[in-house]
Amino acid sequence: MNTITDAFHLALNLIWQFDAELMRIIGLSLRVSLSAVVIGSIIGLPLGAFLALARFPGRHACIVVLNASMGLPPVVVGLVVYLILSRSGPLGTFGWLFTAAGMVVAQVVLITPIVAALSRQVVADLWSEYEEQLRSLGLTRLGAIATLLWDGRFSLSTAVLAGFGRAIAEVGAIIIVGGNIAGVTRTMTTAISLETSRGDLALAMALGIVLLTIAITINAAATTLGNAARRAQGA
Amino acid sequence: MQRRHFLGLMAGIALTFSSSLALAQDKFIVVASTTSTEQSGLFGHILPLFTKKTGIAVRVVAQGTGQALKTGEKGDADVVFVHDPVAEQKFVEAGFGVDRKPVMYNDFVIVGPKSDPAKVMGSRNVLDSYKKIAAAKAPFASRGDSSGTHAAELRIWKESGIDVKTAGEGWYRETGSGMGPTLNTASAMNAYAFTDRGTWLSFKNRGDLVIAVEGDVKLFNQYGVMLVNPAKHAHVKVTEGKAFIDWLTSKEGQDAIAAYKIGGEQLFFPNYKPGQNS
Amino acid sequence: MHAPASLLPLVLETVQYGINGQALIHGIDLEFHPGPPTLVLGPNGAGKSLLLRLCHGLISPTAGRVIWHGLAAQNPEALRFGQAMVFQKPVLLRRSVLANMLFPLKLRGLNAGIRFARAMEALERVGLTALAQRPARVLSGGEQQRLALARAWALGPQILFLDEPAAALDPNATRQVESIITDIAASGTKIVMTTHDLGQARRLAGDVIFLHHGRITERTPAGDFFAGPRSAAAQAFLNGDLVW
Repeated sequence: MNTITDAFHLALNLIWQFDAELMRIIGLSLRVSLSAVVIGSIIGLPLGAFLALARFPGRHACIVVLNASMGLPPVVVGLVVYLILSRSGPLGTFGWLFTAAGMVVAQVVLITPIVAALSRQVVADLWSEYEEQLRSLGLTRLGAIATLLWDGRFSLSTAVLAGFGRAIAEVGAIIIVGGNIAGVTRTMTTAISLETSRGDLALAMALGIVLLTIAITINAAATTLGNAARRAQGA
Repeated sequence: MQRRHFLGLMAGIALTFSSSLALAQDKFIVVASTTSTEQSGLFGHILPLFTKKTGIAVRVVAQGTGQALKTGEKGDADVVFVHDPVAEQKFVEAGFGVDRKPVMYNDFVIVGPKSDPAKVMGSRNVLDSYKKIAAAKAPFASRGDSSGTHAAELRIWKESGIDVKTAGEGWYRETGSGMGPTLNTASAMNAYAFTDRGTWLSFKNRGDLVIAVEGDVKLFNQYGVMLVNPAKHAHVKVTEGKAFIDWLTSKEGQDAIAAYKIGGEQLFFPNYKPGQNS
Repeated sequence: MHAPASLLPLVLETVQYGINGQALIHGIDLEFHPGPPTLVLGPNGAGKSLLLRLCHGLISPTAGRVIWHGLAAQNPEALRFGQAMVFQKPVLLRRSVLANMLFPLKLRGLNAGIRFARAMEALERVGLTALAQRPARVLSGGEQQRLALARAWALGPQILFLDEPAAALDPNATRQVESIITDIAASGTKIVMTTHDLGQARRLAGDVIFLHHGRITERTPAGDFFAGPRSAAAQAFLNGDLVW
């Protein structure tokens, strides 16, 4: 029997039957990753804009660290967040280890640098286009942060999507922090990891196909909407 | 879309998601256990029975025995349910756990390729089989992850007088991963492997692998359960945790364990005797 | 409403500007008083745009001083908000026409009602009322420049710097832009403007500053200048001999 064709049949069946367990897993994956993207963007977008516009000693070093942080290994982030959220760690009193909230924290740590680093570039490019006009209108560099974030919204959506892509696809951090508890912290990726280790490669692959389909659908929808809005703005 | 509306929308999304994440905080306990119990499907069978009876949900974090004990030690679980009596004993003596009780046992088996290069198929003598595998330099996949299963495997190597650390020549391979991935590796390279029967029975990617050696008393694998010491970690849910331990060792719990079968084969054998505490 | 205190005169004292030690503007002394538009002429690379940016404060002189002598110039905010500039290529925010108008008015702390009234009034004057809700970036080149002028005009600047505002426009759009500039000047705003279009300079100029190789060769009332400039460089320029 061929695992890959089996997997496609299984994937279609799972989706077709609206499998309740699968729907819960998909729902949790989306909730965790979208929450992390929203929080990561609320932090990352202004941070990126600040680094693009502010002039202070050590700014260059900050940018180097930020760019390097785009490639943070998820397992390392997972381990660090695990130690911090553990009952024996500094934030243990929240009891967030092995919960969805803990997984969101780990993913926020992973994707904030991505959103920040990419938006820094977008905002820096936009600033070079807008600088004279905005200064002429009486705006300071830091005063321009909100203006540039709003005017760069179409390009910045790419940064946010990159963060989402990282979040929905990663397993290393959330499996450590979430514990892959059935029905509570089991997401698409940790379920794939579990089924792989149980040797049910067809089911693992089927879940992978479902995950890819969701990721592609969300990206396609976001890109289509973004392009329509961009065309309407003539930007 | 105006900026104000956009920001409002973002805030709305953030609120919706964070509130939905905070829900589902009914009565529950966190149990640090082993991959073998989780992946064999035992928990999927018995936990709903417990939850139905008591209203307490059980969140199982499946780890290696060593890691599960560490999780308990740090206070990140209420109950620890593992299979390494020596390490469990130390855990209790160090004051990290209380109320330890034996629950059940299953057994380990050695699986290997049908071609059986070491000629051990059908043997009931695990020491003898290990010596033959080493002599034939037949590939052997070990977890190498300090789990309970790994510890048991190493104990038997030691008893058989073979030092795998210096075995060399590439036939002894450590995967550094869980039981499932190790079996995947063994299946891919037609290697022998040491596994618990439960994981093996529920494992699907067997390839040419079959059970080669079983039935030796040295392959006995005892599981124990204990409460994380509330004196060390005040937030441990003592009532709920004790309820779980009591249920596991009750007639109802023991019967539920015995009733779990894969392909007609019983995986775990309850062996708690009333009044028995270790 | 009484007349606001003046920022002007604007005085440049031996202003120099250079990049990497190469001087691009040499010791310029200039004064700007309220009055008809001043046109800055000169061949490409003479430093016309740099001169406007030095005056407007977008760049700082490497030597010399740019001084605002008016009473109002004591107040840094009045100084910043009392002047405006429109660039050759209008920089419009990725928002509606109206939002582009409201943006700088909000920076000036005006309340919403006044912002809206001023914005609509200025749009009316440049004939863009019907396009108020349109995204600014989909406008034609001429409409974009009219919007940029309206945006500056709505701020009620005492002095307005215009850097080749019609350089990229067709004749029809150029006429509309010139007419707006005339209206702005008539409303009491001092215009300082660069152009390479001599016809446009004749139509708009009150006086002319001629710039060559980063130096001012003459400053002459427009009538006299076009009748016969005093400096050799300006003469050559008017004859079409001075390309660089």
